[in-house]
Amino acid sequence: MPRVAVRGILARRLVVFLLASSLAACATYAPPQAWEKGDLAKPAMQFDPDPLAAKLEQHVYTSKEATTGGYGVGGGGCGCN
Amino acid sequence: MKVLWRYVLLVMLACMTHGASAAAPAPGETAPPLALLDAHGELVSLEQLRGRVVYVDFWASWCGPCKRSFPWMNDLQRRYHARGLTIIGVNVDKRRGDADRFLQQVPSTFTIVFDAAGVTPNDWGVRGMPSSYLIDPQGRVAMVETGFLDERKAAIEARIQKLLDAN
Repeated sequence: MPRVAVRGILARRLVVFLLASSLAACATYAPPQAWEKGDLAKPAMQFDPDPLAAKLEQHVYTSKEATTGGYGVGGGGCGCN
Repeated sequence: MKVLWRYVLLVMLACMTHGASAAAPAPGETAPPLALLDAHGELVSLEQLRGRVVYVDFWASWCGPCKRSFPWMNDLQRRYHARGLTIIGVNVDKRRGDADRFLQQVPSTFTIVFDAAGVTPNDWGVRGMPSSYLIDPQGRVAMVETGFLDERKAAIEARIQKLLDAN
């Protein structure tokens, strides 16, 4: 095999190894400490920033989509339960 | 190439050591150091307070139970300060403005110090918000509390009284 080709293969393997090892290293990142959760506690970080709106939306969705599963509650699509 | 390897090793090491925090001091152990500035820029340290019973409370503006704990701590301060209790509230907010807004809503009569860098909570092994540590007059940890629970108030107060009586 020509020397250049061998070098190319080695370089590619090295790149793959570097990527893999850097991934492994970052797997040891600890979750945020108790005092570092200020940003996570913001309303904008919630799944549902507006609980009332989310509840209404879910009610309508459940009523309309009950036949396809919805949130697991029965209903015929009348929106009355 | 050698330089590259060294770099990779360094990155991996840095990743691994990141986030390693001290364990919370067990009751009976000497409390970790605490020396922080208050709102007036004056240094407050645990060492100055040897001979007094100290209640160290780590709090943040975004923590709901912390808000509930302030009136109770104000009450403790009012009733026991003269007998030898000092309460220190360590704020751990990254932005000072957040803490100031909180204090406008929920004023404190006890000392508040600020640690935006999070060095002290790390040294003290804080596991939750709020976390409190009762320190005896010799500077040893007497009690560690994580969270603020109404049903724990009486036990904490009883312990404070006991330490004050023994002092």
